[in-house]
Amino acid sequence: MNDKTFEPTIIGFTCNWCSYRAADTAGTARVKYAPNVRLIRLMCSGRLDPTFVFKAFAGGADGVMVTGCHPGDCHYVEQNYKALRRFILMKRVLVQMGIDPARLKLQWASAAEGVQLAAEINKFVEEVRALGPLHWNLDYQEAVSTPAMEEVTA
Amino acid sequence: MTAKPKFAMYWAASCGGCEIAVLNIHEKILDVDANFDVVFWPVAVDAKYKDVEAMEDGSILLTLFNGGIRNDENEHLAKLLRRKSQILVAFGSCACEGCIPGLANLSPVGDIVHTAFNTLTTDNPHEIYPRASFDVPEGELHIPRLANVLRPLDLVVDVDYYMPGCPPESHQIAAVVDLVVKVVKGEAELPPKGAVIGVGDSTVCDECPRARNVKSITEFKRIQDVAPVDPNLCLLEQGIPCNGPATRSGCNSRCPNAGTQCIGCYGPAEGVLDYGARLIAAFASVIDAKEPEEIERILDGIPDPVGQVYRFNLAGSLLKASAEAWKAK
Repeated sequence: MNDKTFEPTIIGFTCNWCSYRAADTAGTARVKYAPNVRLIRLMCSGRLDPTFVFKAFAGGADGVMVTGCHPGDCHYVEQNYKALRRFILMKRVLVQMGIDPARLKLQWASAAEGVQLAAEINKFVEEVRALGPLHWNLDYQEAVSTPAMEEVTA
Repeated sequence: MTAKPKFAMYWAASCGGCEIAVLNIHEKILDVDANFDVVFWPVAVDAKYKDVEAMEDGSILLTLFNGGIRNDENEHLAKLLRRKSQILVAFGSCACEGCIPGLANLSPVGDIVHTAFNTLTTDNPHEIYPRASFDVPEGELHIPRLANVLRPLDLVVDVDYYMPGCPPESHQIAAVVDLVVKVVKGEAELPPKGAVIGVGDSTVCDECPRARNVKSITEFKRIQDVAPVDPNLCLLEQGIPCNGPATRSGCNSRCPNAGTQCIGCYGPAEGVLDYGARLIAAFASVIDAKEPEEIERILDGIPDPVGQVYRFNLAGSLLKASAEAWKAK
């Protein structure tokens, strides 16, 4: 599972007012971070519909990163707390579905924290790389095979 | 030979409640008989699979297919009836999205068989399990083989219409029967392919007469642990996880009217891609807490999150089945 050639695909959801600008700050300052993460800008982490996360996993992502403003700093007052609560409940669902909850990460980052965000992205990429590919639904057709009863009860 | 259009109904992995719901349309069932020739309906008429196989392709006008696809017999009949039918309706929650049998998608198929044949409630001291084939004097018998996971009908064959509900409400079935009869007589047009029929276009909350205010939940509780339950106030507001916010209307909020929470049998509301994800958003939004520890404590009140938010919908969700179940060998 620790294949060095495995490059995880990570979907990152960023908030327009903080973490997207943190990524921008990192870019402006020529801070490098792993290219595995594909950032998608939302207006707020509170816009994160859990559907986005499940769709990412079902569509082949190996990890999902949700980022937002630090607690108390939300542009829309307290929507980042909603993101936090959804994140915690999503993790509980992932555990039941047999997906390692470490594949979902929540990271607060202000617009000034480009260096910190880049470091957290790099750390997350390595963590997901260590977990190996998820391949969710890619093997689904195999899953609908009909094993003989003898195999099932073996 | 009769000139009446042909009608069929079949049950795959289901409980039989959908058949009861159809019979529960009372005297309207006579309209079905008056306007259709019932050629195949295991619960009501005696016809064999080989009779269906002998029919011309497309010769059945309307087939109501209830139940999910759990074994190779279900799959064979789904493909056969698709071929023989002009209009194939995924009828009931099981065919639309897996329903309760779909919750078995959390467990490897071997565990399911062991649970069924070797638990405290099953007296099986010699650990006798069914065999896929068995020799008898008359020849070799085969029983259907279980698939690793259950699939909704549209993951197996092309589906024309969806009619959700566990079971679909009888007044909705009657309305659909009326419509099809009119179509047959040339008095009405069919809805566009892929439509969800016999439903409302909003959520259960929209039909629910209970009073709604700003919700801030400090504790989730099972309804039997809430005493007394306010009969006029939103159940979710009382800390009872009610699935109304994500669930399609069409039942006239039957369960909340009767004093209990919506469990989501009418499936995802219009525009909802993943039912459970929508409910996670709804439940998490109304929790009145900002600290992770406090949020965790409140969420402990929902001990089985997947069972709560995907009760009828797991097999039809984006993730479909647990890793354990679909990777089972």
